[in-house]
Amino acid sequence: MATTTEFRTCPTTGLKVCLAAEKLIKANAVAAVIFLAVGGFFGLLVALTRWPAVHFLPADWFYLALTAHGLDVLLVWIIFFEIAVLYFASAVLLGSRLAAPRWAWTGFWLMLVGAVITNIAVLRGQSSVMFTSYVPMMAEPPFYLGIILFAVGALLGCFVFFGTLVVAKQEKTYQGSVPLVTFGAITAAIIAVFTIASGAIILIPTLLWSLGFVSYIDPLVYKTIWWGMGHSSQQINVSAHVAVWYAIAAMVFGAKPLSEKVSRMAFLMYILFLQLASAHHMLVEPGFSSEWKIFNTSYAMYLAVLGSMVHGMTVPGSIEAAQRARGLTKGMFEWLRKAPWGNPAFSGMFMSLVFFGFIGGISGVVMGTEQINLIMHNTLYVPGHFHGTVVAGTTLAFMAITYLLVPLIFRRELKFRKLAQWQPYVFGIGVAGISLFMMGAGTLGVARRHWDMTFADAQLPFDYPSAAFLMMGLNGMSAVLAALGGIMFIVVVVGSVFFGRKLGKDEKPSYPEVPPQAAAVSHYGSSETLRIPGTVMLVGIFFVAFVLYYFVNWKYLSEIWPLS
Amino acid sequence: MAITPPSERIWWKEPIARVELIWIIVAFTWGLVMFFMMIYWHGAGEQNLSNEAYKTTPVKFSQKAQTMIDDYTVRQEGSFPVVHPPAGSDVYLIARLWQWWPILELEKDQSYRLHLSSMDWQHGFSLQPVNINVQVHPGYDMVVTIKPDQAGEYGVVCNEFCGIGHHSMVGKIYVVE
Repeated sequence: MATTTEFRTCPTTGLKVCLAAEKLIKANAVAAVIFLAVGGFFGLLVALTRWPAVHFLPADWFYLALTAHGLDVLLVWIIFFEIAVLYFASAVLLGSRLAAPRWAWTGFWLMLVGAVITNIAVLRGQSSVMFTSYVPMMAEPPFYLGIILFAVGALLGCFVFFGTLVVAKQEKTYQGSVPLVTFGAITAAIIAVFTIASGAIILIPTLLWSLGFVSYIDPLVYKTIWWGMGHSSQQINVSAHVAVWYAIAAMVFGAKPLSEKVSRMAFLMYILFLQLASAHHMLVEPGFSSEWKIFNTSYAMYLAVLGSMVHGMTVPGSIEAAQRARGLTKGMFEWLRKAPWGNPAFSGMFMSLVFFGFIGGISGVVMGTEQINLIMHNTLYVPGHFHGTVVAGTTLAFMAITYLLVPLIFRRELKFRKLAQWQPYVFGIGVAGISLFMMGAGTLGVARRHWDMTFADAQLPFDYPSAAFLMMGLNGMSAVLAALGGIMFIVVVVGSVFFGRKLGKDEKPSYPEVPPQAAAVSHYGSSETLRIPGTVMLVGIFFVAFVLYYFVNWKYLSEIWPLS
Repeated sequence: MAITPPSERIWWKEPIARVELIWIIVAFTWGLVMFFMMIYWHGAGEQNLSNEAYKTTPVKFSQKAQTMIDDYTVRQEGSFPVVHPPAGSDVYLIARLWQWWPILELEKDQSYRLHLSSMDWQHGFSLQPVNINVQVHPGYDMVVTIKPDQAGEYGVVCNEFCGIGHHSMVGKIYVVE
């Protein structure tokens, strides 16, 4: 087998690229982008409906579109792209052949067929049960079947990834330890296995229940285990997009991690503690003790949050160190001012980092506090938070690295450069608006997954404050902006992949700029020479914002009715 | 670089830069503060869930609610009975497609043991504009001791998706002096 594997050498990075892996990366990335387009379209319909002045869809279509939106972007787009990241981080970065390409293709087709089956089930209209499909609300059997097939396919992808690691080790394609990005991908894959196992444990019985073979599924048990999948899958995203941050920092700046030990320990924290996050969804449910809630919701004393806070310093810190080593040493922020803001790979990555920390990260920890959850659970604050993590964080990071994958893996010159240059800003600012305005509406009490905030059909009248309507209008406008950014992304990527000029065999792409690897700064970051004052300042601002916002919410909590 | 194997083979013995170490210590300490804050609030704060809950069935729960309604209904509002149970008593609120049943009338600064359960699917008890949000499950009777501290008219919105009529599911709680 090893003898028949074909490779090419990348003229830009000098990496040995396994052609079988390359094809699979392309297939998974293309499938991902298609589902991003579909899911994004549904998302726009949802936002337009929640914009009170527009109120676009009728109720049944709204709930259908919301179910499809959640599935297609939160699950399908992200997992397809993550499989592409896994193959990239194993076969390509380690210069190894991909283990068992045939199994990888089987996984790909299973995922694709599963995603299509579930989408058809949703579009038929009898499975508008939301992404979470809480029992005892029942969807049609194909709804669950499609998700299960998709998960099995993703599991095969993870195993191919692990197999490739073994192959690379045995065939000695690299020296020493795996690169940090691969380490991050391993983290993602390990969490993925846990995630998919949780999904199987609960969705297989639920499928049997919808077929009539199982009579009863306890709603609390369902929810606890389902979120073992639902929340952990978000931790796959975190690990994967942090790995992508490191990868972009390395490819655009030649940045080296400040400390391999610290960054790897931070990833390890994810593996050890992120799974506890199922509890974030159970803080106001009956039947759990406060001890259970506090231990789990804090990821065992916030050790996984610690991991993210460490990456929050080491990623920009490694960029600053690289820039300073190049001579951009003036003042605190010359390194950042003179960063390549016109390079969409960098601008997307940096916005992803900032928004993930400031918007998604802080709100997540605050909302996941046992008692504070009382004033946020199931309000629009929740989708506000996770659009900050999954869209402004993960999706934006994946978009950013796509700008590097198109020339390096698809071997096409990027088209529509002006459009590409603006895309991360349009999308990023739109999504930041979506997150913040939904959080604002949630703080004012507006329910999530709700068709009509005027309650026109209700038997008893109730009015939200007028500020909430303003928030939802601004949310709608932000969603239009984000959708525009999404369309720009699709146009650039599809345009380049299908109609971009093919790069010659040894031709280096001229855009986005990737510095020659020789420029990589070789040995900064040791404990004696490290100077990253700009990053320290940014981290300081983050910390102050975090502490203030945290205690402001305790104050809000203290003002509601006493409960015990 | 992050996309190549570590330049030092023995990377786990690298010294950690001081600035990284300080941030790790700060972040870890902050984590401990947030952890103990939740425990502290159980003692010092007034907003905590009791976590008191019982297994129940829709039939059993609705019987208890009906007894309360029969004993303490003070008036009708459309088809809804308005129930004024004695201060300190057990009060029942039924969640069902797509109603919060009945309307409760409570007295300010009095405690009530509010029982919540669903007759069918999951619902979300969202008391507005106070913004107290609790999940309601079928088969579980969750007890929350509440002490309304302001008189007025409050809406109970459903904030867990419960089918096509979800957005019409609104209830009411009065708090009187």
